[in-house]
Amino acid sequence: MSLFEKHAVFEKNSIVLLLGILIAVAIGGLVEIVPLFYLKGTIETADGVRPATPLELAGRNVYIREGCYLCHSQMIRPMRDEIERYGHFSLAAESQYDHPFQWGSKRTGPDLARVGGKYSDAWHVAHLTDPRSVVPASVMPTYAFLKEAPVRSVDIADHLKVLKLEGVPYTDEDIANAGADMAAQADPNADVKGLTSRYPKTTVADFDGNPAKVSEMDALIAYLQSLGTFVDFSTYDDKANLR
Amino acid sequence: MSLEETGFAVFLGLLSLLCVVLAGKAVDPVFGFHAALGAAASAGGLFLIVRAYIDRAGAVAPQEIDGRPNYNYGPVRFAAVIAMFWGIAGFLAGLYIALELAFPQLNLGLPWTSFGRLRPLHTSAVIFAFGGNVLIATSLYVVQRTCRARLPGVVLPWFVVLGYNMFIVLAATGYLLGVTEGKEYAEPEWYVDLWLTVVWVCYLFLFLGTLWKRKEPHIYVANWFTLAFIVTIAMLHLGNNATIPVSFFGSKSYIYWSGVQDAMVQWWYGHNAVGFFLTAGFLAIMYYFVPKRANRPVYSYRLSIVHFWALIFIYIWAGPHHLHYTALPEWASTLGMTFSIMLWMPSWGGMINGLMTLSGAWDKLRTDPVLRMLVVSVAFYGMSTFEGPLMSIKAVNSLSHYTDWTIGHVHSGALGWVGYVSFGALYCLIPWVFGKKDIYSLKLVDWHFWISTLGIVLYISAMWVSGIMQGLMWRAYTSLGFLQYSFVETVEAMHPYYVIRALGGFLFLCGAIIMAVNLYLTIRRGEPADQQAPNAALAAAE
Repeated sequence: MSLFEKHAVFEKNSIVLLLGILIAVAIGGLVEIVPLFYLKGTIETADGVRPATPLELAGRNVYIREGCYLCHSQMIRPMRDEIERYGHFSLAAESQYDHPFQWGSKRTGPDLARVGGKYSDAWHVAHLTDPRSVVPASVMPTYAFLKEAPVRSVDIADHLKVLKLEGVPYTDEDIANAGADMAAQADPNADVKGLTSRYPKTTVADFDGNPAKVSEMDALIAYLQSLGTFVDFSTYDDKANLR
Repeated sequence: MSLEETGFAVFLGLLSLLCVVLAGKAVDPVFGFHAALGAAASAGGLFLIVRAYIDRAGAVAPQEIDGRPNYNYGPVRFAAVIAMFWGIAGFLAGLYIALELAFPQLNLGLPWTSFGRLRPLHTSAVIFAFGGNVLIATSLYVVQRTCRARLPGVVLPWFVVLGYNMFIVLAATGYLLGVTEGKEYAEPEWYVDLWLTVVWVCYLFLFLGTLWKRKEPHIYVANWFTLAFIVTIAMLHLGNNATIPVSFFGSKSYIYWSGVQDAMVQWWYGHNAVGFFLTAGFLAIMYYFVPKRANRPVYSYRLSIVHFWALIFIYIWAGPHHLHYTALPEWASTLGMTFSIMLWMPSWGGMINGLMTLSGAWDKLRTDPVLRMLVVSVAFYGMSTFEGPLMSIKAVNSLSHYTDWTIGHVHSGALGWVGYVSFGALYCLIPWVFGKKDIYSLKLVDWHFWISTLGIVLYISAMWVSGIMQGLMWRAYTSLGFLQYSFVETVEAMHPYYVIRALGGFLFLCGAIIMAVNLYLTIRRGEPADQQAPNAALAAAE
């Protein structure tokens, strides 16, 4: 009689086996995931992180739809070469409003966590339209079609509502003005006082160079130009989070 | 009509009506297309149920014929054949995107042919369409044989098989048309996830129902692994797809989790899609088909108990090794690394149990290419489950992460282990369920084996070289202390290896096409089997 003979109880009863499996596979996930929701050190306090503007959010959805995250990470690791190549290592706070996260798993192309402001809008248009016109050895697909496609704006307020439900701090005012904010950010002549007060550090421009319509390329470039620009690292205190 | 038939008929009828309403009110074209597809498919299902009811004219398939179980092979046949179809489609998609990385003009400038949309198509086609159908076919075969019982129900087995393939169609067309949740290996949107949940619960009950009807007192070890696979995938699927749709008439949704928590949930899911879909499910295949083909009992019953519980308990913890040095807290990352290293032991325990099953039958490797394929798959399993823990060590991961080394590692497991064990199982299964003596041509199996082995070797060695090289180039400094290479110089350096990788993938695809031809000829022209019933259920050695 050994311990192994006691195993017969699992082998003879499918429900006991099923419960045994459930308990065995539940533990690891519970231990690793649940504390992330209540341990205070998980997300640093960093000033300046704000939810995406409606146009940036639409651009982010284009980014996800086209599978950009499959080749570009948005997560700078704290290593000398990465910090010199891409900038300050990424903070958890910087992606706290990302549903879903865009850290990525592969760098076929470079990291984009701090690409915002590194290149001009015109460079992005040229690069997205034909990557090899500005980077001859690039293997990126061409995204000229984004310039033709008008960005979807009719239900943008609903998008903000769902995100608010999930904990992103959009205000009722943000939601009420979502459609107008979206149009205003792509129009340099618009009155953007409301937009920039709701969303500090917002770039307003006709991103794709075509004033006739707000295209998906406008949205995508607005999103790219916002990446990594929220936290001011000249004043960020990384010791403030030590406990 | 039986209660089961009526239930499914009513369900499909109502679903069809619901889909018509959804199609009418759809706020985006892809959702409308999918709702219309759903309406047509559920109406088709309803038609099939009614037609089968009229055809059977009151007769019910007997549970036993002449004292032997009357096994239900129809759904097994369907899943086995369609697995081969999806396999070739998935390998072809993989070859195409490999070529896109070497020759970017192949993206063609169209949304639906660009890398970002085809890559999820490739991964889902090989993992869920090919792998999933192989798992459904083999698990439904193995559970019947080892329980000596027919699958319960008339509609249920077909609902599981056809419903699962409907999920594949919805997911695949969605990717091409730009509908995605953006979570790797869990890209289908909320309504496709809901459909998979329905199918998966039915699969669980189909499997459990067969276990409940068993004539053998013990549940065979392969079935433990299948049950763990079904239960855990259900848990992971629900956790990682907790999503809120923007509109019930549209495809877009936002996942409830965000940032660091979403990253953890994603890789808890992602790594255990590997651990439970691509490992536990296929270990069930190993525990049935290797002993069966070698005609030897499983090496050690005790080892299989230790292997099973240690593997399923430890695997779940390994997810955070995908997030080393990121904004994930260090405690979680260290925990993930620790358990990943521990995972090496149960993995090799399983490998030893599979390989040593050949004790006394090693000579068969010379004469039986199907057994050789199964054994080499276990060897690849051992290799990639050694490489995995190695890459989970933080120092190694700092070099390997974000590079092609990861892609190479995944493919030594995917092509070598999952691919070969599936091929071996299909080479056994197709003759068995179509009533044939053996595969049409063992010579062709030999060709398949050597061509695809060459392909795998080219693939993984090219990715090792390109991955490690790129990792080293990123961190290279000049003597003056500047970064030595710009990013695009590392991209340029990868070109030759991307070409070699594509060549490897091409050879692997060629092997699969040879296999498909061989299976077709087996079904069409294979020599019929004797009416003698095959051996009784397998017993494990003490």
